[in-house]
Amino acid sequence: MSHTVLIADDEPNILISLEFLMKREGFRVLVAHNGQEALDQIANETPSLILLDVMMPKKTGFDVCQELRAQEAYQNIPILILTAKGRDTDIAKGMALGANDYMLKPFSTKELVQKVRDMLGSVA
Amino acid sequence: MKKFDPRVALGVAIIGVICLVWLLVTGGLIWSTLAESERSAIVNAVGPRLFLLIGMWAISLVAVGAALRWLVGYFMTAPARLYEEAQVLLGTNVKRQLVPSGSLENRQLTNLINQLVQQRESLHEEMDSRVQEASRNTELEKSRLAALMSELTKSVVVCNLDGRILLYNNRARMQFRTFSSTPTVGGVEMIGLGRSIYAVFERTLVAHALENIQRRLQRGAATPSAQFVTTTPSGQLLRVQVAPVRAILENTTDKPEMTGFVLMLDNITRDFEVESYKDRALSTLTEGSRAALGNMQAALEVLEYPEVDDAMHKRLLDVLRDETQVLAKRITDLKTSSAENFMSRWPLEDMLGADLIAATTKRIESLGLVVEEPEIDKSLWLKVESFSLMQAFQGLAQRLHSVFGVQSMRLRLQGANTNHVHLDLMWHGEAKCTEQLVGWEVEPLKIGNESTSLTVQDVIERHSGALWCERDNDKGLVFFRFVLPLASPQEQLDNAALLKTESRPEYYDFDLFQSTEQSRSLEDCNLTELAYTVFDTETTGLNPAQGDEIIQMGAMRIVNGKLLQNEGFDQLVDPKRKIPPESIPIHGIQPEMVKGQPTIDKVLPAFHAFAKDTVLVAHNAAFDMRFLQLKEQSTGIVFEQPVLDTLLLSAVLHPNQASHRLEAIAERFNITILGRHTAMGDAMVTAEVFLRMIPLLAEQGIYTLRQAREAAQKTYYARLKY
Repeated sequence: MSHTVLIADDEPNILISLEFLMKREGFRVLVAHNGQEALDQIANETPSLILLDVMMPKKTGFDVCQELRAQEAYQNIPILILTAKGRDTDIAKGMALGANDYMLKPFSTKELVQKVRDMLGSVA
Repeated sequence: MKKFDPRVALGVAIIGVICLVWLLVTGGLIWSTLAESERSAIVNAVGPRLFLLIGMWAISLVAVGAALRWLVGYFMTAPARLYEEAQVLLGTNVKRQLVPSGSLENRQLTNLINQLVQQRESLHEEMDSRVQEASRNTELEKSRLAALMSELTKSVVVCNLDGRILLYNNRARMQFRTFSSTPTVGGVEMIGLGRSIYAVFERTLVAHALENIQRRLQRGAATPSAQFVTTTPSGQLLRVQVAPVRAILENTTDKPEMTGFVLMLDNITRDFEVESYKDRALSTLTEGSRAALGNMQAALEVLEYPEVDDAMHKRLLDVLRDETQVLAKRITDLKTSSAENFMSRWPLEDMLGADLIAATTKRIESLGLVVEEPEIDKSLWLKVESFSLMQAFQGLAQRLHSVFGVQSMRLRLQGANTNHVHLDLMWHGEAKCTEQLVGWEVEPLKIGNESTSLTVQDVIERHSGALWCERDNDKGLVFFRFVLPLASPQEQLDNAALLKTESRPEYYDFDLFQSTEQSRSLEDCNLTELAYTVFDTETTGLNPAQGDEIIQMGAMRIVNGKLLQNEGFDQLVDPKRKIPPESIPIHGIQPEMVKGQPTIDKVLPAFHAFAKDTVLVAHNAAFDMRFLQLKEQSTGIVFEQPVLDTLLLSAVLHPNQASHRLEAIAERFNITILGRHTAMGDAMVTAEVFLRMIPLLAEQGIYTLRQAREAAQKTYYARLKY
């Protein structure tokens, strides 16, 4: 069964690359352009993994994280935070709010893909 | 006439009786031994001469009386008098020499007492002069401190534990004035001697800081202080440092107790803006660039995959182009907007442009060159490092002289835009703005025979300024133009205001350390310890009910028995009606003087704030109060504080005087009248009069506000109503 990956990011310029990379891995890709859209998408269809940007309009990645983890059904979806906020405190906050891992922009796409694979493998 | 002394009579009587008894007993004894014939012979001989015997007895008694009287005077009255006089000397400080009289011993005693009095006198004098010396030193130190404070560039306010202000410097006063949210009418101050600091800062903020200090004191910290940041009503950001004022200890092992606190204020609004701007800029640079770089890196890496089709290839290239542009734009924006804020700054000071020009002129003249009358916009304040700037001018002038033989030059200062000024060094000449001239910019400056390592370029950089050479062909002028930063408007205002106010060391009253908040009502307070606002109004006429209006208000404050010369309220008021020409000679206020002045509904709130927590004092207060009361409805400002009237108090003090006009009273008290019939002038005279009345009222047993008001009400004039 192929995995479904939700990519939530408000920047179309990164969405192009991420979408390409995930599809190349054979995943089904869902896209959200802000936090609220991400939550709506998830309510509609639970993805296998979420690539979550932090700085998004409407709801931030942190908000999304927190709301998901507050619900029983979404306790175990792996969340990989992609963030430009490089401060230790921001990273700590993301992890505390329930993200499984994070990647600091700019990141190597190879590493990203590897991380996604690992995270999905450990769930499966 | 000398008083008859009963002791003399008693003495005479006793001696008379003794003589008589002696005569009778002796006579009786002789009589008993005589024969009958002898007895009759004696009777015959003495009988007819008995009056002689009695006469002689009486005469000797008179002689005895005289002797006794002399003896009493000599040995008894003189010491008694001496006793009384010595008692007077003992009871008072009268300096008087006693006249020696009476016996030798008495005279010696008198001389001794005189010497003792002399000695006491010289001891007194010595003590007095020492006390004077000591208090002069204290006064001197106090005013030295106050003078020092007034020169400080930091705002300092000292309060007692109740938060009453007992010392502040001019800087603090100016700063608070700009913070005030009320319109600056009448020069109303938010701070003043005896006023509460809590009018400015929230009580809880200060209390919290004091608690922290108290804790540190108890822990034995050497320099306990605390800080807080607060916003003012006008939205400025203030950093306040609080330090304790500790009691001087007699016993060094005691823990020092806090008797007050010092507030040091920094307006950090600007710093804060710069800092937060830097933060923002930094985060835009890092986090913003991270995102862009992330997008680029991802796009680049994806490009390498063979699966990428042409359309995708093009989209990825667009991403790269896009993000590169985003980054470039970000950096350009940052560069232009933050040039000022990011420059690591040389400490620049605010300086009046005219001052800088004057000093620079002197410097250039010291090289033996002529500097013509400068062209200056005198309102300009610069932000400069004056020393190096003057060196640059001097160096350039010297070069001009040595290279082109320029003898005379001229300085010009004019505003360039909202942030910069042009400061030009001009000379007449044919010189072109050659590379030679421009080259001077980077060569080390030489002034007189001394070389420095400083270059003109360094100086320009310190000011984030610019320098170029320009020709004005029409005037045949060549000039170096320095572009220099203008002091920001806020700072300009501060300095202009500071300049106007002399730094008189008057803003302190350490006696307030001793006074604590009154728990008694104002009514029961002593007249000496109350704070007063003494005020006067000038009006268009005498009938407020028939449309007469206030055109000027003046007021002074009395705190702790002292008239505060620096804290006055002086404001013209636009009456919004015609000023009757016949009233103009009285108050001297021409109609054009009140044009553009605030109206009474602006002035009354300010005056109300000025008079907060004080007793109002006015001469013929009923008149002024009537004007104020008639405005209660329209302004909503109600003066609820007690009012004292110097006219009524004068009637209390001098009921037999015909006139209780202010001039007459002032004359009685020997007060010089300046500016009578301006509101401020009259308020000042009234205040002086009132201050002199307080001790006189006390002599009549009138000590408290209640007593003063009751006494005033009883006087005849109290029935007078306007």
